[in-house]
Amino acid sequence: MNERYSRQALFVPIGVEGQSKIRQKHVLVIGAGALGTGSAESLVRAGIGKLTIVDRDYVEWSNLQRQQLYCEEDAEKRIPKAVAAKNRLNALNSDVIVKSLVSDVSVDELERLVCGVDLIVDATDNFDTRMLINDSAQKFKIPWIYGACVGSYGISFTVIPGVTPCLNCLLETVPMGGMTCDTAGIISPAVQTVVAHQMTEALKILVDDYASLRNKIVSFDLWKNEHSSINVAKLKNDCCLSCGKNPTYPHLSYSNRTKTAVLCGRDSVQIRPSMKHDRDFEELEKNLLAQGGKIERNPYLLSFTIGTHRLVVFKDGRALIHGTKDIAEAKTLYHRYFG
Amino acid sequence: MELIINGEKIRIPEDESTVAELLQHFNLHHKVVIVELNDEILAKENQSETRLSNGDKVEIVHFVGGG
Repeated sequence: MNERYSRQALFVPIGVEGQSKIRQKHVLVIGAGALGTGSAESLVRAGIGKLTIVDRDYVEWSNLQRQQLYCEEDAEKRIPKAVAAKNRLNALNSDVIVKSLVSDVSVDELERLVCGVDLIVDATDNFDTRMLINDSAQKFKIPWIYGACVGSYGISFTVIPGVTPCLNCLLETVPMGGMTCDTAGIISPAVQTVVAHQMTEALKILVDDYASLRNKIVSFDLWKNEHSSINVAKLKNDCCLSCGKNPTYPHLSYSNRTKTAVLCGRDSVQIRPSMKHDRDFEELEKNLLAQGGKIERNPYLLSFTIGTHRLVVFKDGRALIHGTKDIAEAKTLYHRYFG
Repeated sequence: MELIINGEKIRIPEDESTVAELLQHFNLHHKVVIVELNDEILAKENQSETRLSNGDKVEIVHFVGGG
């Protein structure tokens, strides 16, 4: 056994046999923000065979407080996160094949990315992408681990196709709006705790120790000293369109996808969420107030100007992002401020 | 009355006696939540009619999107 992994192999539930299983596995990490950098570092140090990491964004100064793979130079040069992550991961462990992709993740990318993957780690910052992951994971029978955090709060759940309920069973409706790390802030221990939950479950899956999985949805608030876990096995729904007896994988179908379009000659991108929602402008304004931008609203729309961008959201959730022609950038801004 | 919420003893006003009112009390009524009452998952449609009593054990998990 390689000295490098000796302490991990000494841990009885993993052992030498588990370590060689880890070595043969391919994990896909979707998102290279706070959760993604934490998970990727943990997996690469643990000696997995191959890691694929994908992200559409670039490194900014506001990331450095918690996104552990990045340094000042990455922010200075606005290096794409997937590229900066790969550089650092290669330096941490040259044994691991690290594949990185600078890209938005929609249905087509996901179908290609999940091919041959043993586990998907959710490190995204929005439910649109999570529902895509959920349905792809069901379609291709790949386990995936939901994780999310905001402020000092975090949550995680492990989805095993054919065994546990899926995210669609648990949610019933896709949460819309609410606080994001860019409106409510985030402390790095909350990130680390979610990563710890996700990575412990990941190790169990990678060594095929399914009997040790938590089987509960877990949440915590580190600042309020709260911890909760609920056994959700009963919520597995045989009629669920994502994981039930007759699945149609609704989130992979064109009509349910978030649609984007560059508006010609207007330096704007339109974002149309998959489902119509009734946006609560009062709540949204409250969340945006701390951002220092300018907020204007009427009964039909809310406009938020920050820096060189103006974001306009309508009651039904449709948004126009002015000041960019780049769909990936527009989506980033949309999810950052509108959740 | 006194409830055990997420493992902590918490005193809440008597007039907030249904699960829906409790969620409102904690400002969680706009969020997607899973509620467990005395070790049983409570269906969303039963939240507004299910009354709480002293000593009830409530677990609440709410979904967030950040990461």
